[in-house]
Amino acid sequence: MTSPLGSVASLAAKVGGAVVGQVRSVLGQGGGAGAASAPASGWLAVSIYREPSELDATALPAPLAAYGDRIETRIRPAPGGKGSELAVRLTRGSSGKTSGPARLSGSDPNADLRSALRQAKQLIEVGEVLRVDPASHGKRNATPAGAVLEVATKRAPKGGVL
Amino acid sequence: MKAVTWRGVNEVGVEDVPEPKILNDHDIILEVGLSVTCGSDLHLLGGYIPAMRAGDVLGHEFMGRVAEVGRAVTKHKVGDRVVVVSFIGCGLCWYCEQGLWSLCDNGNPNPGITETLWGQSIGGCFGYSHAMGGWAGSHAPYIRVPYADNGAFTIPDGVSDERALFASDAAPTGWTGADQAGIRAGDVVAVWGAGGVGQMAARKAMLMGAERVVVIDRFDNRLEQVRTHIGAETLHYEQVDVPAELREMSGGRGPDVCIEAVGMEAHSSGPQYLYDQVKQQMRLQSDRPTALREAIYACRKGGTVFALGVFGGVVDKFPMGAVMNKALTLRGAQQHGQRYVPEILDLMSRDEVRTEHLATHVMSLDDGPKGYRMFKEKEDGCVRAVFRPGG
Repeated sequence: MTSPLGSVASLAAKVGGAVVGQVRSVLGQGGGAGAASAPASGWLAVSIYREPSELDATALPAPLAAYGDRIETRIRPAPGGKGSELAVRLTRGSSGKTSGPARLSGSDPNADLRSALRQAKQLIEVGEVLRVDPASHGKRNATPAGAVLEVATKRAPKGGVL
Repeated sequence: MKAVTWRGVNEVGVEDVPEPKILNDHDIILEVGLSVTCGSDLHLLGGYIPAMRAGDVLGHEFMGRVAEVGRAVTKHKVGDRVVVVSFIGCGLCWYCEQGLWSLCDNGNPNPGITETLWGQSIGGCFGYSHAMGGWAGSHAPYIRVPYADNGAFTIPDGVSDERALFASDAAPTGWTGADQAGIRAGDVVAVWGAGGVGQMAARKAMLMGAERVVVIDRFDNRLEQVRTHIGAETLHYEQVDVPAELREMSGGRGPDVCIEAVGMEAHSSGPQYLYDQVKQQMRLQSDRPTALREAIYACRKGGTVFALGVFGGVVDKFPMGAVMNKALTLRGAQQHGQRYVPEILDLMSRDEVRTEHLATHVMSLDDGPKGYRMFKEKEDGCVRAVFRPGG
């Protein structure tokens, strides 16, 4: 970092190199270009540190309840005292075979459901959904790297490999 | 309000930002008393963790006074003098319950980024990029602290601000490494890096009964601090063959526990440093693991290597053969501070943990760019630059 090489390296190059390289590596584990790491069943699952008896599939937190009969729900004990496993999947509109990039960026058909499931977990465990925005910050520069990161951040609550 | 911000690669600014507000019931707003630079900030500064946006407020190691409390906060009231753990933990998920607070399921509102990179998301951290939640940092007069009943700890009356400050990150990170590495009485422990975290790891190792604790660095003033304030032995890696010295110091076995407190921008005096620099700058590896490689090489058969310095991505020429054939245990972690801060504050109140010497340069927020420059370049023997937002 203190070398001349470091001083001339641009942030864009770093984004284009390190991060994309790692994402490519993640995608590669799914079995080739475009392959998703999503389970074929289409279930999205989280573990919740609550006994199964404390969860009611007919009275889910609002973010999941809003889906009504558009989702299936599965609750089972998590082994090893880890609470419960709550899984949901869309009853229609998703085969579970979402493309890798779409899944990772949160632009796939499951994106909103993924976010709702995470929120439901927080509501059950903590009682509220943690908010980060508006966070204090200074002037944003209009740069390509900043734009890429803004998009990635905006989609991050719905993206990932959950 | 004025804040020290990341403006771009190797560019720190001071600018006006909005004051924080309570957004969740478990929040407090803290009036920051002291906020300190950390070696891990340099990875952000250099663009090695490419998830910072211009204008992001830096800083994750801080203390101050409670200025406002959310409705669900029960342990703190306005005016309390507290130190805040850098990582944000809900206290109610399985990971927090296990004491693995930095792995909190609920502390990072941007889980998609780190899930993509690492397979799972870890908890959030103040002022540490949008990958770690996008939380505003502490180099500002005020900061919002979520889950405050878990992350903020009242400072005992006899402990100074300057001492308590390092119970936010340096000390609990050191504690995490030493404790999670499973140090036992009679162990020989080697610590790479004589910065704040390395010094604190060494101190905890001594308190856990290690027979010999050796800290390795190249800066004389830091090694002097280790000998004077921590009481551990030192090795200057530009002057000696470190693995050979460690073998001699441990009867030919090698250290039982090796703690790497350097991270992704490690230096060395050998040709591998140039190799790692070139590969890192060409984006063929994101992190330089020089010290980690040496720790693995030096560690005794069946010993433990703990990666306590921050790594972000992938490394090259990782000595997996040594890990496997020597039957090493390889571990790593960000700090689980909520687990260790009560013990640390108690030891600080009894003078058994002293940290004031780390704060070599105290300055105002206006001096933010200067402070980071001095810290990065180790100017004037800077070990840590500390900002006092109150002037």
